[in-house]
Amino acid sequence: MADLRIKFCGVESPNPFWLASAPPTNTGDQVRRAFDAGWGGAVWKTLGNPIANVSSRLGGVSYGSTKLMGLNNIELITDRPLAVNLREMAEVKKKHPKNVLIASLMVETKEEWKEIIKKVVDVGSDLLELNFGCPHGMCERGMGSAVGQEPKVLEEITRWAVEYSSVPVIIKLTPNIGDILEPAYAAKKGGAHAVSLINTVKSIVGVDLDNMVPLPSVGDASTNGGYCGPAVKPIALHLLSQIAREKDINIPISGIGGIANWRDAAEFMALGSTTVQVCTAVMHYGYRIVEDMAEGLSDYLDSKGMASAQELVGRAVPQYKEWGDLDMNHHVVAKISPDKCIGCQLCYVACMDGSHQCIHLPGMSDDEKRARGHVAFPKDVPDVMALAKGAPAGARVPFVHEEECVGCNLCQLVCPVDGCITMETKRKGPERLTWNDRVESGYVVPGGLDASK
Amino acid sequence: MTSGKSYPLADRRLERSLEEKHALYTPAEAVTEANRCIYCSDAPCVAACPTGIDIPKFIHKISTENTKGAARTIFESNLLGSSCASVCPVEVLCAGSCVYNTWEREPIAIGRLQRFATTTALSQDPDLIAKTKKPSTGKKVALIGAGPASLAAAGHLALEGHRAVIFEKKSVPGGLNSTGVAPYKLYADDALREVEFIERLGDVEIRTGVGVVDGKADAVKGEVSAADLLRDYDAVFIGIGLGSDHGMGIPGEDGPGVVGATAWIESMKLDPKASVAGVTRAIVVGGGNTAIDAARELAQLGVEHVSMVYRRDEAAMSGYAHEMAGAYKERVELVENRQPVSVVREKGAVVGLQVAPTTGGKPTDGERETLTADLIVIAIGQARLTQLASAFPGVELDDKGRVRVDEATCRTGNAKVYAGGDCVNGGKEVVNAAQHGKLAARAIHSSLGAAPGSTGKAN
Repeated sequence: MADLRIKFCGVESPNPFWLASAPPTNTGDQVRRAFDAGWGGAVWKTLGNPIANVSSRLGGVSYGSTKLMGLNNIELITDRPLAVNLREMAEVKKKHPKNVLIASLMVETKEEWKEIIKKVVDVGSDLLELNFGCPHGMCERGMGSAVGQEPKVLEEITRWAVEYSSVPVIIKLTPNIGDILEPAYAAKKGGAHAVSLINTVKSIVGVDLDNMVPLPSVGDASTNGGYCGPAVKPIALHLLSQIAREKDINIPISGIGGIANWRDAAEFMALGSTTVQVCTAVMHYGYRIVEDMAEGLSDYLDSKGMASAQELVGRAVPQYKEWGDLDMNHHVVAKISPDKCIGCQLCYVACMDGSHQCIHLPGMSDDEKRARGHVAFPKDVPDVMALAKGAPAGARVPFVHEEECVGCNLCQLVCPVDGCITMETKRKGPERLTWNDRVESGYVVPGGLDASK
Repeated sequence: MTSGKSYPLADRRLERSLEEKHALYTPAEAVTEANRCIYCSDAPCVAACPTGIDIPKFIHKISTENTKGAARTIFESNLLGSSCASVCPVEVLCAGSCVYNTWEREPIAIGRLQRFATTTALSQDPDLIAKTKKPSTGKKVALIGAGPASLAAAGHLALEGHRAVIFEKKSVPGGLNSTGVAPYKLYADDALREVEFIERLGDVEIRTGVGVVDGKADAVKGEVSAADLLRDYDAVFIGIGLGSDHGMGIPGEDGPGVVGATAWIESMKLDPKASVAGVTRAIVVGGGNTAIDAARELAQLGVEHVSMVYRRDEAAMSGYAHEMAGAYKERVELVENRQPVSVVREKGAVVGLQVAPTTGGKPTDGERETLTADLIVIAIGQARLTQLASAFPGVELDDKGRVRVDEATCRTGNAKVYAGGDCVNGGKEVVNAAQHGKLAARAIHSSLGAAPGSTGKAN
């Protein structure tokens, strides 16, 4: 059993799994139940001067029959009186002293920051998280992402918070920005102890085509919201790993964005997150999902010979490189297993229309192939029936013409049968050769503009 | 355009006491099932559909909630897409060739999705297809028999702007869809709704109660003659199906308690007086799909003991295995390798069926036994309506009494006469008849001087 305990800015957490500041951490009762279920920490729903909300507030994106691939919200920070939240935070911390309590904060003036920081530290917050990411509603009032998008302001408020706080300060960053390193550096300069990202992506989740109102609708109109859930995970992975590999920043990262299971968590950690924060998956399935996350991560660490979760942090960061530093001699080609193929020919149509026309069907003449769009005509395309059990009559197993295959993965990605299409390594040369190496040696790809010469 | 007229059915019909096999999908159910489809390229299900419906395309449209588009895709290939959705043996056609079978997973419920698309789209817009009708050409085509083949042909012809006049001997149009399909697949009401859909497609007229005869027509009886049709119409389509049930030719057969299967099923579907009250032991003779249908219907209607008597063994049955499996679930018993030799009666009433053992389908001298029965339903095939087909000069029959046609055009030996459906193939599915109707309509349309191939899509 790997040790899931993790240290974040010197604060020990029973595991890396925290609840993000969001509806699941709205009340003391919720956070208590979350800790009972196994969550290591919770970032309380952002505190500030209470706001008033509108209805409705959430919009979802389904993909096929899968619900909530993405979730969009226009809810603001807490609408509960500060005193009530503070009292409940104190109660929770008392009952769960080993769990990490993080106060998420968003106020306007220097005096307000001073006052609220004192209050949340007094009730036992282990960490502060400054919400500079919220991209809807609050930003119209000069808070949230309005701060996150102004590195100078961000740096200044960070400096205040670090000065007023006796506990470490995390800066929560917005992805709604051109270069994530700007606010990250600003946070670092302001003295932040850590960053967390990503906050939600500014979004409109859909349109009610009957009433011509964007979604989620508030009567006869709507506004942009913040997008989260599995759909944003790739964006989050990219932004956080950009910070993780920036050696001059070098502060802990709490990763956020579409994490729903242990594997997502492990990927975030491998790319530099020390802890991970979860919201959408809990809003979808409840606090109970943390059991799988802890169990799965522990088994994974065991299987890789890692004694603790801490060992996983940042392991994949060195392998995130610039495109120009990739090995161009590495080459893969697709291989289709006739015994697993079910004859759907999705790989064929994908390769023909979406890639490089290197997948051929048996029993077709060169003329037919030409008419369909092939440009190369391999001889001896094997006439293989789909061999899996109950195979439909007729030769339907496609064939990959290796010489034409560029190794793009598309056929493998569309194949519905796991393990049917594999990508086999066929190096173009033994040595490592990057684009940057080639440019240095004066190489130019032929066939370009005359002016480029 | 002829406005749809309704064909009133009695409310209390025996078929209505049988439950539908599958309920109509809700929109959410349909989208969920449609999303299971992986949208194969050059899909095997399309190749397995006698009418060549682009199944992945219509299912994809259901998944995007483009239900009307899905229905257009279906009707483009098969105007009887509504009834075929319910009556097709999908287990041996489209769903049977779904790649999910290869994958050892439940195939896509193609029939149910098709029913959802056609039913939903037509309830939203009954003129979805009718509005694509072309201007009138002034040409007219006579179609004999208002079954699936003629209805499909008439629909395609009407969409091209031709006038289609269907002559139907019975008072109810629809052919076997109205009179013969197992009610748990399709009720007569739904079959007639489809007839009305065809009538809406353009200039389609159905003259019920009008027999077409060889020789001189008796106007009082409401008859028309084959010669009249050849004289008055630009083309003729023969879609007369099959004739009456064959008899067994054994002693005791004539009289109450012994009925032909198609006659019995028709009465069960349409006759308000039909009843199985008092029947406790029924025997169905035969091993085809009609026999299985009749047996299952009797069992579902509550007849306590239903058995099928078949002269060969189960493996030799022409009825579908999946239907027989359904029959077993309904506690139908199969008596294999027995041939009826006489109907046993007491005071005129049927009390049993004497059977002889068989080898290879032929009776032997072995011991005969009497199976108790109070109803015997004969499902050993139907006669061919050879006389009517032959009334058209040049129309030839094969040695089994089937009308000979050119496969691609359904044209007979008479260049003006076309034929399709059961009278050509000897008795197949509704979907085969629909394909014949489509092919014939396309050929007729092109023979009438319009551009070839504009009737429906190629396939």
